[in-house]
Amino acid sequence: MRFRGNGKVLVIVPAFNEAANLRAVAEDLRCFTGDVLVVDDGSTDGTAALAEKLGLMCVSHPFNLGIGGTIQTGLKYAFENGYELAIQFDGDGQHRADQIDLIVGPYRNGAADLVIGSRTLPGGYKMGRARWLGSRFFFRLIKLLSGKAIYDPTSGFRCYGRKAILLFSQYYPDDYPEVECIITAARYGLTILEIPVLMRPRLSGCSSINRRKSAYYMLKVSLALIVDSMRSTPALEDAEPWI
Amino acid sequence: MDLTKVVSLSISLTIFFFVVWLIKERRLREKYALLWLFTSLFIILLTISRRVLEITALSVGISYPPSLLFLIGVLFLLMVAIGQSVSLSRLSQSNHKLAQEVALLRKTVTSNINCKKQQDNC
Repeated sequence: MRFRGNGKVLVIVPAFNEAANLRAVAEDLRCFTGDVLVVDDGSTDGTAALAEKLGLMCVSHPFNLGIGGTIQTGLKYAFENGYELAIQFDGDGQHRADQIDLIVGPYRNGAADLVIGSRTLPGGYKMGRARWLGSRFFFRLIKLLSGKAIYDPTSGFRCYGRKAILLFSQYYPDDYPEVECIITAARYGLTILEIPVLMRPRLSGCSSINRRKSAYYMLKVSLALIVDSMRSTPALEDAEPWI
Repeated sequence: MDLTKVVSLSISLTIFFFVVWLIKERRLREKYALLWLFTSLFIILLTISRRVLEITALSVGISYPPSLLFLIGVLFLLMVAIGQSVSLSRLSQSNHKLAQEVALLRKTVTSNINCKKQQDNC
């Protein structure tokens, strides 16, 4: 087995109007040794300026692209700048820097290319009932379409190995990408692993998915999952830029 | 010439010249220009000769010719709408990509400038 996991690590913090939470997130990430990139998705509350002031790297979209485009920009940055690992770490304070090592582990020992920090496995944090039902539904659908058992498919706390970075910097879903990209990864033969992690309740603001939108969310994601599993797997453009 | 014919002919001619004007002003790309030009010519043809519609309708077994007109119209608009959705999706995709490129390029440029400033200070 090839030794891996010694390359540069990039923490990607997607942020849309997260100025209220960003200071705490930066404080939390202070103990982490690696680069932190805030991807400001066209915020209007000075998120980008605050990120610079806090000494974090920052890229800013000229206008709002949505969470999918924001993560992808981070992954493109990771790809172009030769990072071996990328961590998706939400800007709202839910994710904990002390849990990063946990989700990096399976990549380092070669067990996975994409690691998902899970809240539903024992020891995780409790999610709301509606979200739990949605997760169960997607669990079944993903199992059916790809054979993978992912208990918390909507979790945004993730570790992308270099294969995943290469894939997702080219193909990444637009809105509500978390669930769909599992199918994409499975289609490309990436190994996916889920690890139980601790999370905090949100510091401020509310989830991007409210009750009214959730029906649309379920429908749109279900369609995307089914269509994505029917796609072919064209070769990726640039192979192994790190070697 | 009866009144309905005068009215419908003037409407269809207006549409035709409107399309020509749009092309002249470069407000329509050739791809769409051709489509709308032929469409307006087709409308003119239909207003000039009602026989065309009647003969076609009867030959395909439609006893009430105007319903053929509605069928063609609805199908045509449906196809155009789907086509527009496709180009809109393509456009938003390239827009998306451009925004990401701009963000990443701006980051590269500003860090290069900062690097230069630091060198100049030494």
